[in-house]
Amino acid sequence: MSGVRLLVGTRKGAFVLTSDEQRERWSIDGPHFAGWELYHLKGSPADPDRIYASQSSGWFGQLIQRSDDGGKSWEAVGNEFAYDGDAGTHQWYDGTPHPWEFKRVWHLEPSPTDSDTVWAGVEDAALFRSTDGGATWQELAGLRGHGSGSSWAPGAGGMCLHTIVPDPSDPARMFIAISAAGAFRTDDGGATWKPINKGLRSEHIPEPEAEVGHCVHRLAMHPSRPNVLFMQKHWDVMRTDDAGETWHEISGDLPTDFGFAIDVHAHEPDTVYVVPIKSDQEHFPLDGKLRVYRSRTGGGEWEPLTKGLPQSNCYVNVLRDAMSVDSLDSCGIYFGTTGGQVYASADSGDRWMAIARDLPPVLSVEAQTLP
Amino acid sequence: MIRVVLPRPLCAVAQTERELVLEVAGPVTQETVLDAVEARYPTLRGTIRDHVTKQRRPFVRFFACQRDLSHEPPDAPLPDEVVRGEEPFLVVGATAGG
Repeated sequence: MSGVRLLVGTRKGAFVLTSDEQRERWSIDGPHFAGWELYHLKGSPADPDRIYASQSSGWFGQLIQRSDDGGKSWEAVGNEFAYDGDAGTHQWYDGTPHPWEFKRVWHLEPSPTDSDTVWAGVEDAALFRSTDGGATWQELAGLRGHGSGSSWAPGAGGMCLHTIVPDPSDPARMFIAISAAGAFRTDDGGATWKPINKGLRSEHIPEPEAEVGHCVHRLAMHPSRPNVLFMQKHWDVMRTDDAGETWHEISGDLPTDFGFAIDVHAHEPDTVYVVPIKSDQEHFPLDGKLRVYRSRTGGGEWEPLTKGLPQSNCYVNVLRDAMSVDSLDSCGIYFGTTGGQVYASADSGDRWMAIARDLPPVLSVEAQTLP
Repeated sequence: MIRVVLPRPLCAVAQTERELVLEVAGPVTQETVLDAVEARYPTLRGTIRDHVTKQRRPFVRFFACQRDLSHEPPDAPLPDEVVRGEEPFLVVGATAGG
């Protein structure tokens, strides 16, 4: 019988939620790594029982955990993230040069085809890769070595590489995003990178249409259409149809276009989901109403999805890695909140139910569709 | 034999009891004790001190014999009571960080 496994990372541990294909009854297993921050967990598309987890704490630093049995048991693997060569400097908040310092792993992206290969997006921003199941990590230094690297500056949450999107049709192509540098693409397996931010406009930087410096919050792609990417930027929801060469705004009739999470329906490449957040100062839904917005037209026209979601006095946030979709026939959508709730919809967002209510603040949600 | 007490979060990582008993070759210092800890439990590398520089992580403290040894040089001899195994060398998560 098929089903869904949700990997939920929180401020104080990881939780594994499972259900059959009806997605009405969920069991919750956890906390794993109680007391630690779990920024992200993700399963390998090539072997769903292989899961990687980023475990960190302010006291004891970064660990990477790996499970080979679907999250029942875990093994600590390699945790040495050494920048390649002379780390150099980036720009600090006050405009001065600041040494690149490793702080934590924000995002783990297992290879679509090889369960031993996984990429890690880290703070201070850099991309690492392991080809031995997480035992050792090597930096893809061409990204940080991009000529603009010394001008990158942290956003409010730190200077993090938080989004990694491999192109399923071209193993040499990958997209990444950094707060607050912008989006980048490699076409040669990570050796060289180009900024892909043309069309972005950010009023909070000195040159609003600069090549780099944009606070991109999240990228999303439908695997059948790898040249089309959707972006939730600090402000503005954006779309590209040419693999990032140019972007255009699709915020349309959204009530606010600030937000963090964005995702694409598993079977409808033009159906996109965002969770509008009031503003960069007020990280909660507009009017205290938690609403997912869905566009069935690839952006521009959006409809609020509210059934089953709190429509008064709700002041939580939904972070950038905290939304995911499954690939069952009736697509499931999931998101977690900083209030510790995990919401699920088994019908593309029409109706929602809370499947966990009182977890620690949710940092990430990843759905695995099980055979 | 040297006694080392780990903070609970690292016991879970290393899958061990809180108190370790280790043999340390040569002079007994912070450095040689932590080398021995990491040799027996490689998953603890990077959690107490930096992988490369071997600097103590900022929110980790080292105590022994009711003294804070965190700011002592890593190659300074530890107290005789620790060397004789009468007192443990404590690795402590600092009261910081929320």
